[in-house]
Amino acid sequence: MNTDITRGTVRARAKEVLLDAVRGLTLAVAVLPLGVAFLVLTLLSVAFVPLGIGLFTTPAILTGVRALADVHRRLAEEWCGVRIPAAYRPMPAKANPWTRTFRLLGDPQVRRDVLWLPVSVTAGFVTALLPALLVFYPVEGFLLAAGLWRPYVSGAGGTYWYAFVPVSDQTSAFGAGGLAAVLAVVAYRFVPRTMKAHFKLGRAVLGGDAELTERVRVLTETRRDAVDTSAAELRRIERDLHDGAQARLVAMGMDLGTIEMLVEHDPAQAKQLLAQARRNSAEALEELRDLVRGIHPPVLAERGLGDAVRALALRLPLPTEVTVELPGRADAPVESAAYFAVSEVLTNAVKHSGADRIWADLHHTDGRLRITVTDNGKGGAAVGAGSGLAGVERRLGTFDGVLAVSSPAGGPTMVTMEIPCVLS
Amino acid sequence: MRVVVAEDLFLLRDGLVRMLTAFGFEIAAAVESGPELAHALAELEPDVAVVDVRLPPTHTDEGLQCALAARRARPGLPVLVLSQHVEQLYARELLADGTGGIGYLLKDRVFDAEQFVDAVRRVAAGGTAMDPQVIQQLLSRRSAEDRPLGRLTPREREVLELMAQGRSNAGIAAQLVVTERAIAKHTSNIFAKLGLEVSDDDNRRVLAVLAHLDQDR
Repeated sequence: MNTDITRGTVRARAKEVLLDAVRGLTLAVAVLPLGVAFLVLTLLSVAFVPLGIGLFTTPAILTGVRALADVHRRLAEEWCGVRIPAAYRPMPAKANPWTRTFRLLGDPQVRRDVLWLPVSVTAGFVTALLPALLVFYPVEGFLLAAGLWRPYVSGAGGTYWYAFVPVSDQTSAFGAGGLAAVLAVVAYRFVPRTMKAHFKLGRAVLGGDAELTERVRVLTETRRDAVDTSAAELRRIERDLHDGAQARLVAMGMDLGTIEMLVEHDPAQAKQLLAQARRNSAEALEELRDLVRGIHPPVLAERGLGDAVRALALRLPLPTEVTVELPGRADAPVESAAYFAVSEVLTNAVKHSGADRIWADLHHTDGRLRITVTDNGKGGAAVGAGSGLAGVERRLGTFDGVLAVSSPAGGPTMVTMEIPCVLS
Repeated sequence: MRVVVAEDLFLLRDGLVRMLTAFGFEIAAAVESGPELAHALAELEPDVAVVDVRLPPTHTDEGLQCALAARRARPGLPVLVLSQHVEQLYARELLADGTGGIGYLLKDRVFDAEQFVDAVRRVAAGGTAMDPQVIQQLLSRRSAEDRPLGRLTPREREVLELMAQGRSNAGIAAQLVVTERAIAKHTSNIFAKLGLEVSDDDNRRVLAVLAHLDQDR
């Protein structure tokens, strides 16, 4: 049993080593000429910029360099699982050659790509070729030991050097075989690591602070969205107060003033106005209540996300099953974002899905708050421009949250939201 | 009748005390926080408590929790809960033990002093006083999804709403300005249409209605 497993893993490992050797060889053979060519072309092209020719050739060549770097990135991910982030600056669609050239040369990512070329034809070449050498060189050693030394060693006293072993007869050929065996073991142990090292080298040069740059870009974007949203929200609240509660209170004040005058000589009309003033005050309260619910729902403040979603479900016209497994409460802004996201998704489901049942599931695992809303409707929901789901995505984005929608035609629709957060 | 009032805003607390005193209640205590309320309910044994949902120190649902805890300690203790907003979730929790003597109203309802005091008296007597908003939410939700309520005439729906709020036939008759006999006819029609057994007990009527409205939860 145990040996079977060992044999299995050995075979898998041997296969991996062999595959890496072939890949390394291909890489080395392809990268060296392409790298050198692009390096020379880039240098020449940049040198010709003052003459004007470079303005036309540089963008094309740099695009080629980027393509080569992109291939390297893709292979790193596919072969060794090494993710190399890239953060190219966006290029305006209709830029003249001048801006194009200088934009490209000013892009730190492009500069890293160019810097990567000399590294890839030197250190990169060695690390790519090494696996192939480690795998294929021992083969020659074994063949020498098996008798291949004869044609290599011409006549008596001739010597063929296998690495540092002088092969002149069968005994020394066995020595070469021994060295080959040692090399094979080394290959078996180190080839996958060498291959990984090759791509990690690429990442060190190509990656740079790309991850950080990308992160900054995302943060800038979500911050702008958040600011936009909250500004719009403030405008809405201001307008609602102005047109609603405030106006009603003014009307009430006026009614009370009139009542003050009327109360002596026309008590009947005063009474009527009093009733009206009371209605106005009740309606002002009603409007304030709705407004408060729109800003921060009272149940959310009092009980937290779980009960707030339960209360929300009770107000929906469709039977909605809510399961909550939250051992604590998240920060207020996260709770609020999650609540309004769920609210939007549920409203969408009620309005558009044609479902007759909805399930909402809230739980917290591995530092993430995960909320799933499923309905048995007709499906076909998509996150796109103008859809409510895009708004939800933006709302969650502020907290690094993500939204996934699975909604095949014919249903069911399942919307999953995840927000990294800690519960207290 | 001895009342404990719990409300953290001075103006509202003062107003409540004045109104209840004017209608002949005796104020056993007027408190402004959860712990004080818990203490007053345990020590003073009032006939009824009027409690705001949100109280210090947590400013969450402290008042509601206090009321529920006091009712667990003293089953059937009449509590009228007031709130700036009404939620079915809270209404369910209050009604859950099924012993009656429960009220849950929007704070706005104090505008109509007589109706409000009537609600306090009803709760003190072991009846219920549910806010029309809660009832409307329940009724609109149910009628959207199943038929029995759709078969009610508009008048019968009106009667059902008032009944669900906890009013007696006499109360409903007064409200709708018709005879009590007409209401009795409506109620028996409603019970027949909803398949409920007739009962004279106000409290059981509400619970029956709510239980029916609640059955798929």
